[in-house]
Amino acid sequence: MIQRLHYIVLVLIVFASGCTRQDEKITTIKFWGMGNEGEMVQSLIKEFERRNPTIKVEVQQIPWTAAHEKLLTAFAGGSTPDVCQLGNTWLPEFTVLNSLEPLEPFVQQSALTDLKDIFPGVLKTNILDSVLFGIPWYVDTRLVYYRKDILKQAGYAEFPKTWKDVLKASKIIQQQAKAKNTVCYPFFLPTNEWVPAIVLGMQSGGNFLKDKDSQGNFKGKQFTSAFTLMSEIYRQEYSPSGMQLITNLYNSFSDGLIAMYITGPWNIGEFSRRIAPELQNEWMTAPMPSMDSLSPGVSLPLGTSLAIFRKSEHKGAAWKLIEFLTSVEQSIEFYKITGNLPPRRSAWQDSALASNIYIKAFYQQLQRVDPLPQVPEWEQIVIRLQTYVEYIATGTMTVDAALKQFDGEVDVMLEKRRWMVEKGMK
Amino acid sequence: MTSNARTATAWIFLSPAMAVIGIFFVIPVLAAFVLSFTDFDIYSLGNWNYIRFIGFQNYLRILDTPLFWKALKNTFYFVLIGGPLSVAVSLGTAMMLNSKLAKFKSLYRTIYFLPVVSSLIAVAIIWRYLYHPAHGLLNYVLSTVGISPVDWLGDPALAMPAIIIMAVWKNFGYNMLIFIAGLQNIPEDLYEAAHLDGASWSQQFKEITLPMLKPTTVFVVMITIIGYFQLFAEPYVMTQGGPLNSTTSIVLLMYEQGFRWWSMGYAAAIAFVLFIIILFFTLLQMLLQRSVK
Repeated sequence: MIQRLHYIVLVLIVFASGCTRQDEKITTIKFWGMGNEGEMVQSLIKEFERRNPTIKVEVQQIPWTAAHEKLLTAFAGGSTPDVCQLGNTWLPEFTVLNSLEPLEPFVQQSALTDLKDIFPGVLKTNILDSVLFGIPWYVDTRLVYYRKDILKQAGYAEFPKTWKDVLKASKIIQQQAKAKNTVCYPFFLPTNEWVPAIVLGMQSGGNFLKDKDSQGNFKGKQFTSAFTLMSEIYRQEYSPSGMQLITNLYNSFSDGLIAMYITGPWNIGEFSRRIAPELQNEWMTAPMPSMDSLSPGVSLPLGTSLAIFRKSEHKGAAWKLIEFLTSVEQSIEFYKITGNLPPRRSAWQDSALASNIYIKAFYQQLQRVDPLPQVPEWEQIVIRLQTYVEYIATGTMTVDAALKQFDGEVDVMLEKRRWMVEKGMK
Repeated sequence: MTSNARTATAWIFLSPAMAVIGIFFVIPVLAAFVLSFTDFDIYSLGNWNYIRFIGFQNYLRILDTPLFWKALKNTFYFVLIGGPLSVAVSLGTAMMLNSKLAKFKSLYRTIYFLPVVSSLIAVAIIWRYLYHPAHGLLNYVLSTVGISPVDWLGDPALAMPAIIIMAVWKNFGYNMLIFIAGLQNIPEDLYEAAHLDGASWSQQFKEITLPMLKPTTVFVVMITIIGYFQLFAEPYVMTQGGPLNSTTSIVLLMYEQGFRWWSMGYAAAIAFVLFIIILFFTLLQMLLQRSVK
């Protein structure tokens, strides 16, 4: 009995001391990380907590497919976290909601954060109406993966710098394959992706939206030329016009069924693992071809940023976490464990990045990226665009008819915005 | 006790339940009804001054949206193929379990009923594994008889049939129980008489079982159809409405408009359109039931 009493006293002491230690101003901040990053960031968080013993970080991992809904619902319910990872194309929505904290004041006092060191095109996606709302955490852009041997055989020792040359190379590759009685689709443009269409539109100098982003501008001359180029690729059968044929990208690459493909940095790892071993020296990355003589051609500044929600009661601690995670040192660390590319240019000098031959093209590409229109409707617009890419690919609609109809749909989506612009609310 | 006092007592006893129904059902439904005449969207969520009353415009826009008609078509596909299939499977298993030859009846009844009580989300995730084009059990079984791998959930033509198969498997147990109850109510002497008269099995089925089961069948069919019109979790978990919107149902469309794009006004209008469709089928059910009696 006495022994049991001892235990109880012991437990009480431990409990009490635990409580008092907690009272010693330990700040707990909530951090929502998405998908794989939400999981991999845990090891960096441990280091952060070691360096900042008064801050405890609760990481909640949210799958990408549910992230958007969950964040909006959290906002509606007033339960947003302190810090959150946001796709940089989502920032416009959350600033429309007035839910994010401007970060300029924090940056000014920070010794670790240097905005000038961040790829300018990527930084721009975080500035809305000249207010900074997010710090880029990792960057992503799209460029071309290709088979060196197949292009060499067609007479291109280096990857073509313009779309005109890409089409020429495609023609030669196609003919060479035909001569050997094999099939090759030189340039694979998936019909369920909007990225190539938007990139080509950007390169044609088109503004996707007009009148303060309140009206579609897709039927304009520039975007028409982009869509015409795409329809040419499908019409000449440089790319299959459906999704059934290429069931496995990596096998198709290994078999020489496709020779060029636009994709993102995550595929460096996938290609290294999944392309046939004897072909490992035969694939490479190249910056986006361009419509004009400037090389590389413009691509997209994608990736995610870290932002603080206005409702947070621990903005100081939240900023400390952002400052830590976006520092050069930690972004290199993050690259090592996830392969995510650092937004800080000086991080790319590190041997871990400099030694990877495939990411050189990404470095070049990231110097030439332009932001997308910063309207909350954008994601809805590009998802709709996919349908029209499919119409073009299958030849169901002509380029002009498709773009005219698409423009009409975009105008419907932007109706509210137009009203706000007219009323002077925007 | 006067009748007034009795009514008052009844109201007092009813009030807690009424309050709950009022707060969590009646008020939200009314709010959604009002919402369906506004353009409540992401801008309005940030600032309530941006809400406009727009009359019937949401409803007109729904009729003008190709994706709505596609979703309606998909939903009807699911209801009209999946519904009868589910009823047929339930009736078939019910008759097997009701047969005098069947052994371990309660064991089988439990097994068939198990999917009904399992969580739909967990079941859908497991079926996604079964349907996996490269590692799925289903394709493995097919490969043993020489059928090449099928991309069940990736092929626009097959995705809805795949979802129907899963939904039927998940739901038939419930209707099966109702059918078993119906079958047990059929007097045994009818069959004995038919047997003595030399009626074959199929004649007995057509002349005795089906007519005697008519009220049960009408009930089961209608409950199934109303439930199937609200198809949501299966495509939400397994396909997210894809590929090429071939599994987007009305409720999934409503969810996407409401919670993905935050067009709450528009989504509320979709909900009421679905309400009208289901109401139509419910009225049809009442008419049918009356004619049965």
